[in-house]
Amino acid sequence: MHVIVNGDKLDLPEQIEHIHRLLSHLSLENRIVVVEHNGSIVPKDAYEELRLSDGDRIEIVQFVGGG
Amino acid sequence: MEFEKKDHDALCIGPYPFHSRLLLGTGKFPDFEVQQQAVEVSGTEILTFAVRRMNVSDPNQPNFLERLDLGRYTLLPNTAGAANAEEAVRIARLAKASGLCDMIKVEVIGDSKTLLPDPIETFKACEILLEEGFIVLPYISDDVVLARRLEELGVHAVMPGASPIGSGLGILNQHSLSLIIEQANVPVIIDAGIGTPGDAALAMELGADGVLLNTAVSGASDPVRMAEAMKLAVLAGRYGYLAGRIPRKRHATASSPLDNIPI
Repeated sequence: MHVIVNGDKLDLPEQIEHIHRLLSHLSLENRIVVVEHNGSIVPKDAYEELRLSDGDRIEIVQFVGGG
Repeated sequence: MEFEKKDHDALCIGPYPFHSRLLLGTGKFPDFEVQQQAVEVSGTEILTFAVRRMNVSDPNQPNFLERLDLGRYTLLPNTAGAANAEEAVRIARLAKASGLCDMIKVEVIGDSKTLLPDPIETFKACEILLEEGFIVLPYISDDVVLARRLEELGVHAVMPGASPIGSGLGILNQHSLSLIIEQANVPVIIDAGIGTPGDAALAMELGADGVLLNTAVSGASDPVRMAEAMKLAVLAGRYGYLAGRIPRKRHATASSPLDNIPI
Protein backbone atom coordinates (compact mmCIF):
# COMPACT_ATOMS: atom_id res chain seq x y z
CA MET A 1 0.00 0.00 0.00
CA HIS A 2 1.16 3.52 -0.60
CA VAL A 3 -0.03 6.71 1.07
CA ILE A 4 0.90 10.36 0.62
CA VAL A 5 2.53 11.71 3.78
CA ASN A 6 3.13 15.46 3.87
CA GLY A 7 3.02 15.56 0.10
CA ASP A 8 5.43 12.68 -0.50
CA LYS A 9 4.51 9.18 -1.61
CA LEU A 10 5.35 6.55 0.99
CA ASP A 11 5.28 2.79 0.47
CA LEU A 12 4.11 1.03 3.60
CA PRO A 13 4.67 -2.55 4.72
CA GLU A 14 1.40 -4.49 4.71
CA GLN A 15 1.05 -4.76 8.48
CA ILE A 16 0.68 -0.99 8.83
CA GLU A 17 -3.05 -0.56 8.69
CA HIS A 18 -3.78 2.14 11.24
CA ILE A 19 -2.60 5.64 12.11
CA HIS A 20 -0.86 4.57 15.32
CA ARG A 21 1.16 1.97 13.39
CA LEU A 22 2.07 4.57 10.79
CA LEU A 23 3.31 6.92 13.52
CA SER A 24 5.47 4.23 15.11
CA HIS A 25 6.73 3.20 11.66
CA LEU A 26 7.89 6.82 11.25
CA SER A 27 9.32 6.88 14.83
CA LEU A 28 6.83 9.61 15.77
CA GLU A 29 4.83 7.75 18.41
CA ASN A 30 6.23 9.86 21.26
CA ARG A 31 6.26 13.20 19.49
CA ILE A 32 3.76 16.03 19.83
CA VAL A 33 2.07 15.85 16.44
CA VAL A 34 -1.38 16.27 14.94
CA VAL A 35 -2.56 14.07 12.09
CA GLU A 36 -4.91 14.89 9.26
CA HIS A 37 -6.38 12.08 7.16
CA ASN A 38 -7.78 13.04 3.76
CA GLY A 39 -8.38 16.56 5.01
CA SER A 40 -9.96 15.64 8.35
CA ILE A 41 -8.21 15.90 11.68
CA VAL A 42 -7.81 12.54 13.39
CA PRO A 43 -8.57 12.67 17.12
CA LYS A 44 -5.90 10.90 19.16
CA ASP A 45 -8.37 8.31 20.41
CA ALA A 46 -9.06 7.28 16.82
CA TYR A 47 -5.42 6.48 16.00
CA GLU A 48 -5.94 2.77 16.64
CA GLU A 49 -9.23 2.54 14.78
CA LEU A 50 -8.77 4.57 11.65
CA ARG A 51 -7.87 2.17 8.87
CA LEU A 52 -5.57 3.40 6.10
CA SER A 53 -6.40 2.87 2.45
CA ASP A 54 -4.28 2.97 -0.65
CA GLY A 55 -3.71 6.54 -1.82
CA ASP A 56 -4.76 8.20 1.45
CA ARG A 57 -3.41 11.68 2.04
CA ILE A 58 -1.88 12.08 5.48
CA GLU A 59 -0.62 15.32 6.97
CA ILE A 60 1.51 15.17 10.10
CA VAL A 61 2.12 18.56 11.67
CA GLN A 62 3.97 19.84 14.71
CA PHE A 63 4.54 23.10 16.56
CA VAL A 64 7.66 24.95 15.47
CA GLY A 65 9.17 28.27 16.48
CA GLY A 66 7.12 31.24 15.31
CA GLY A 67 6.00 34.68 16.36
CA MET B 1 13.16 41.97 42.34
CA GLU B 2 11.08 43.59 45.00
CA PHE B 3 8.91 45.71 42.76
CA GLU B 4 7.70 42.67 40.86
CA LYS B 5 6.04 41.35 43.99
CA LYS B 6 3.81 44.41 44.06
CA ASP B 7 2.48 43.57 40.62
CA HIS B 8 -0.85 41.97 41.34
CA ASP B 9 -2.63 43.39 38.37
CA ALA B 10 -3.38 40.46 36.14
CA LEU B 11 -3.85 40.37 32.39
CA CYS B 12 -7.00 38.36 31.69
CA ILE B 13 -7.44 36.85 28.23
CA GLY B 14 -10.72 34.98 28.03
CA PRO B 15 -10.79 32.80 31.15
CA TYR B 16 -7.03 32.89 31.70
CA PRO B 17 -5.25 35.29 34.09
CA PHE B 18 -1.56 36.07 33.55
CA HIS B 19 0.91 37.96 35.70
CA SER B 20 3.35 38.69 32.92
CA ARG B 21 2.33 41.14 30.23
CA LEU B 22 5.11 40.11 27.89
CA LEU B 23 4.17 37.53 25.28
CA LEU B 24 7.16 35.97 23.55
CA GLY B 25 7.50 34.47 20.09
CA THR B 26 9.69 31.41 19.64
CA GLY B 27 11.03 31.88 16.12
CA LYS B 28 14.56 32.41 14.87
CA PHE B 29 16.56 31.93 18.07
CA PRO B 30 20.23 31.02 17.48
CA ASP B 31 19.87 27.74 19.41
CA PHE B 32 17.68 25.99 21.95
CA GLU B 33 19.94 26.75 24.91
CA VAL B 34 19.81 30.49 24.30
CA GLN B 35 16.09 30.26 23.63
CA GLN B 36 15.42 28.38 26.84
CA GLN B 37 17.38 30.94 28.87
CA ALA B 38 15.68 33.85 27.11
CA VAL B 39 12.23 32.41 27.77
CA GLU B 40 13.15 31.83 31.40
CA VAL B 41 14.47 35.34 32.13
CA SER B 42 11.70 37.04 30.14
CA GLY B 43 9.23 35.90 32.78
CA THR B 44 6.71 35.28 30.00
CA GLU B 45 3.78 32.95 30.53
CA ILE B 46 2.53 32.93 26.94
CA LEU B 47 4.60 31.58 24.05
CA THR B 48 3.63 31.70 20.41
CA PHE B 49 4.31 28.90 17.96
CA ALA B 50 3.68 28.16 14.30
CA VAL B 51 2.12 24.95 12.94
CA ARG B 52 4.13 23.24 10.22
CA ARG B 53 4.50 19.92 8.47
CA MET B 54 6.73 17.50 10.32
CA ASN B 55 9.85 16.44 8.45
CA VAL B 56 9.03 12.73 8.56
CA SER B 57 12.35 11.73 7.02
CA ASP B 58 14.15 13.16 10.08
CA PRO B 59 11.98 12.21 13.06
CA ASN B 60 14.74 12.86 15.58
CA GLN B 61 14.95 16.54 14.75
CA PRO B 62 14.79 18.37 18.09
CA ASN B 63 11.73 20.45 18.83
CA PHE B 64 11.68 23.40 21.23
CA LEU B 65 8.13 22.86 22.44
CA GLU B 66 8.93 19.31 23.47
CA ARG B 67 11.72 20.61 25.74
CA LEU B 68 9.38 22.99 27.57
CA ASP B 69 7.72 22.43 30.90
CA LEU B 70 4.23 22.79 29.45
CA GLY B 71 2.73 23.24 32.92
CA ARG B 72 4.42 26.64 33.13
CA TYR B 73 3.41 28.14 29.81
CA THR B 74 0.24 28.80 27.89
CA LEU B 75 0.67 28.14 24.19
CA LEU B 76 -0.56 30.68 21.69
CA PRO B 77 -0.20 29.03 18.28
CA ASN B 78 -0.51 31.31 15.28
CA THR B 79 -2.06 30.77 11.88
CA ALA B 80 0.98 32.17 10.08
CA GLY B 81 1.21 30.82 6.56
CA ALA B 82 -2.51 31.32 5.97
CA ALA B 83 -3.46 33.66 3.14
CA ASN B 84 -7.21 33.43 3.71
CA ALA B 85 -9.80 32.63 6.37
CA GLU B 86 -10.19 29.01 5.31
CA GLU B 87 -6.48 28.30 5.67
CA ALA B 88 -6.34 30.09 9.01
CA VAL B 89 -9.25 28.05 10.35
CA ARG B 90 -7.60 24.83 9.20
CA ILE B 91 -4.33 25.69 10.96
CA ALA B 92 -6.21 26.74 14.10
CA ARG B 93 -8.09 23.43 14.21
CA LEU B 94 -4.83 21.50 13.80
CA ALA B 95 -3.30 23.46 16.68
CA LYS B 96 -6.26 22.84 18.97
CA ALA B 97 -6.33 19.13 18.09
CA SER B 98 -2.96 18.83 19.85
CA GLY B 99 -4.97 19.04 23.04
CA LEU B 100 -2.42 21.53 24.38
CA CYS B 101 -4.21 24.83 23.84
CA ASP B 102 -7.42 26.57 22.86
CA MET B 103 -6.03 30.05 22.26
CA ILE B 104 -5.22 31.07 18.70
CA LYS B 105 -3.43 34.05 17.23
CA VAL B 106 -5.30 34.67 14.00
CA GLU B 107 -2.71 35.84 11.50
CA VAL B 108 -3.77 36.10 7.88
CA ILE B 109 -1.16 37.86 5.81
CA GLY B 110 -2.52 39.94 2.96
CA ASP B 111 0.69 41.30 1.49
CA SER B 112 3.96 39.42 1.13
CA LYS B 113 6.19 42.50 1.12
CA THR B 114 4.91 44.20 4.27
CA LEU B 115 3.39 41.08 5.89
CA LEU B 116 0.45 43.27 6.83
CA PRO B 117 -2.67 41.39 7.84
CA ASP B 118 -5.72 40.99 5.60
CA PRO B 119 -8.54 42.58 7.63
CA ILE B 120 -11.42 40.93 5.76
CA GLU B 121 -10.05 37.38 5.90
CA THR B 122 -8.96 37.93 9.51
CA PHE B 123 -12.49 38.96 10.44
CA LYS B 124 -14.02 35.93 8.68
CA ALA B 125 -11.59 33.55 10.36
CA CYS B 126 -12.32 35.06 13.80
CA GLU B 127 -16.06 34.64 13.24
CA ILE B 128 -15.70 30.92 12.52
CA LEU B 129 -13.18 30.24 15.28
CA LEU B 130 -15.31 32.03 17.90
CA GLU B 131 -18.25 29.83 16.95
CA GLU B 132 -16.01 26.81 17.46
CA GLY B 133 -15.09 27.90 20.98
CA PHE B 134 -11.54 29.12 20.47
CA ILE B 135 -10.02 31.92 22.55
CA VAL B 136 -9.35 34.26 19.65
CA LEU B 137 -6.60 36.88 19.45
CA PRO B 138 -6.41 38.47 15.99
CA TYR B 139 -3.26 40.17 14.74
CA ILE B 140 -4.44 43.34 12.98
CA SER B 141 -3.19 46.64 11.62
CA ASP B 142 -3.56 49.73 13.80
CA ASP B 143 -7.11 50.13 12.49
CA VAL B 144 -9.43 51.66 15.08
CA VAL B 145 -12.68 50.61 13.42
CA LEU B 146 -11.54 47.07 12.70
CA ALA B 147 -10.48 46.67 16.33
CA ARG B 148 -13.95 47.77 17.44
CA ARG B 149 -15.72 45.52 14.94
CA LEU B 150 -13.68 42.53 16.09
CA GLU B 151 -14.44 43.31 19.70
CA GLU B 152 -18.15 43.47 18.84
CA LEU B 153 -17.75 40.11 17.13
CA GLY B 154 -16.50 38.70 20.42
CA VAL B 155 -12.72 38.28 20.13
CA HIS B 156 -10.90 37.89 23.44
CA ALA B 157 -8.15 40.42 22.68
CA VAL B 158 -7.03 42.53 19.75
CA MET B 159 -3.40 42.62 18.69
CA PRO B 160 -2.57 45.66 16.56
CA GLY B 161 0.92 45.85 15.13
CA ALA B 162 3.34 48.62 16.09
CA SER B 163 4.98 48.33 12.64
CA PRO B 164 5.54 45.51 10.12
CA ILE B 165 6.53 42.10 11.49
CA GLY B 166 10.23 41.77 12.19
CA SER B 167 10.94 45.35 11.07
CA GLY B 168 12.03 46.67 14.47
CA LEU B 169 10.64 50.07 13.46
CA GLY B 170 8.84 50.48 16.77
CA ILE B 171 5.54 52.30 17.15
CA LEU B 172 4.74 54.08 13.89
CA ASN B 173 1.29 55.37 14.77
CA GLN B 174 1.05 56.10 18.45
CA HIS B 175 -2.17 58.02 17.94
CA SER B 176 -4.07 55.11 16.35
CA LEU B 177 -2.84 52.68 18.99
CA SER B 178 -3.97 55.10 21.71
CA LEU B 179 -7.42 55.33 20.14
CA ILE B 180 -7.68 51.53 19.97
CA ILE B 181 -6.62 51.26 23.62
CA GLU B 182 -9.02 54.02 24.67
CA GLN B 183 -12.09 52.39 23.14
CA ALA B 184 -11.30 48.74 23.88
CA ASN B 185 -13.04 46.63 26.50
CA VAL B 186 -10.88 43.61 25.71
CA PRO B 187 -7.10 43.46 26.18
CA VAL B 188 -5.04 45.28 23.56
CA ILE B 189 -1.72 43.56 22.94
CA ILE B 190 0.78 45.39 20.78
CA ASP B 191 2.11 42.75 18.42
CA ALA B 192 4.90 43.06 15.84
CA GLY B 193 7.46 45.68 14.97
CA ILE B 194 8.88 46.26 18.46
CA GLY B 195 12.62 46.90 18.20
CA THR B 196 13.83 48.06 21.58
CA PRO B 197 12.88 48.00 25.25
CA GLY B 198 11.94 51.66 24.77
CA ASP B 199 9.33 50.67 22.18
CA ALA B 200 7.87 48.06 24.53
CA ALA B 201 7.80 50.51 27.44
CA LEU B 202 6.10 53.15 25.29
CA ALA B 203 3.43 50.66 24.21
CA MET B 204 2.70 49.92 27.85
CA GLU B 205 2.78 53.60 28.82
CA LEU B 206 0.10 54.22 26.21
CA GLY B 207 -2.06 51.80 28.16
CA ALA B 208 -1.60 48.61 26.17
CA ASP B 209 -2.41 45.49 28.17
CA GLY B 210 0.54 43.55 26.84
CA VAL B 211 3.28 43.34 24.24
CA LEU B 212 4.01 40.42 21.94
CA LEU B 213 7.45 40.37 20.40
CA ASN B 214 9.87 37.89 18.92
CA THR B 215 12.61 39.17 16.61
CA ALA B 216 13.55 42.01 18.97
CA VAL B 217 14.76 39.30 21.36
CA SER B 218 15.70 36.38 19.11
CA GLY B 219 17.60 38.65 16.70
CA ALA B 220 19.44 40.67 19.36
CA SER B 221 23.20 40.19 19.76
CA ASP B 222 22.50 38.85 23.24
CA PRO B 223 18.96 37.46 23.21
CA VAL B 224 19.01 36.48 26.88
CA ARG B 225 19.92 39.96 28.06
CA MET B 226 17.39 41.50 25.67
CA ALA B 227 14.70 39.16 27.00
CA GLU B 228 15.36 40.49 30.49
CA ALA B 229 15.43 44.06 29.22
CA MET B 230 12.02 43.53 27.62
CA LYS B 231 10.61 42.09 30.80
CA LEU B 232 11.75 45.16 32.74
CA ALA B 233 10.58 47.52 30.01
CA VAL B 234 7.08 46.05 29.98
CA LEU B 235 6.92 46.34 33.76
CA ALA B 236 8.30 49.90 33.72
CA GLY B 237 5.81 50.94 31.06
CA ARG B 238 2.94 49.32 32.92
CA TYR B 239 3.87 51.00 36.19
CA GLY B 240 4.30 54.31 34.41
CA TYR B 241 0.83 53.97 32.92
CA LEU B 242 -0.75 53.01 36.24
CA ALA B 243 1.07 55.86 38.01
CA GLY B 244 -0.34 58.42 35.55
CA ARG B 245 1.99 60.66 33.63
CA ILE B 246 2.15 64.43 34.10
CA PRO B 247 0.46 66.56 31.45
CA ARG B 248 2.63 67.94 28.67
CA LYS B 249 3.16 71.72 28.97
CA ARG B 250 4.49 74.10 26.39
CA HIS B 251 6.73 75.92 28.87
CA ALA B 252 8.91 75.13 31.87
CA THR B 253 7.66 74.76 35.45
CA ALA B 254 10.38 75.06 38.07
CA SER B 255 10.88 72.10 40.40
CA SER B 256 12.70 74.22 43.02
CA PRO B 257 10.98 76.97 45.14
CA LEU B 258 10.92 80.33 43.44
CA ASP B 259 11.17 82.33 46.70
CA ASN B 260 13.83 82.66 49.45
CA ILE B 261 16.59 82.36 46.93
CA PRO B 262 19.80 83.42 48.82
CA ILE B 263 20.80 86.05 46.32
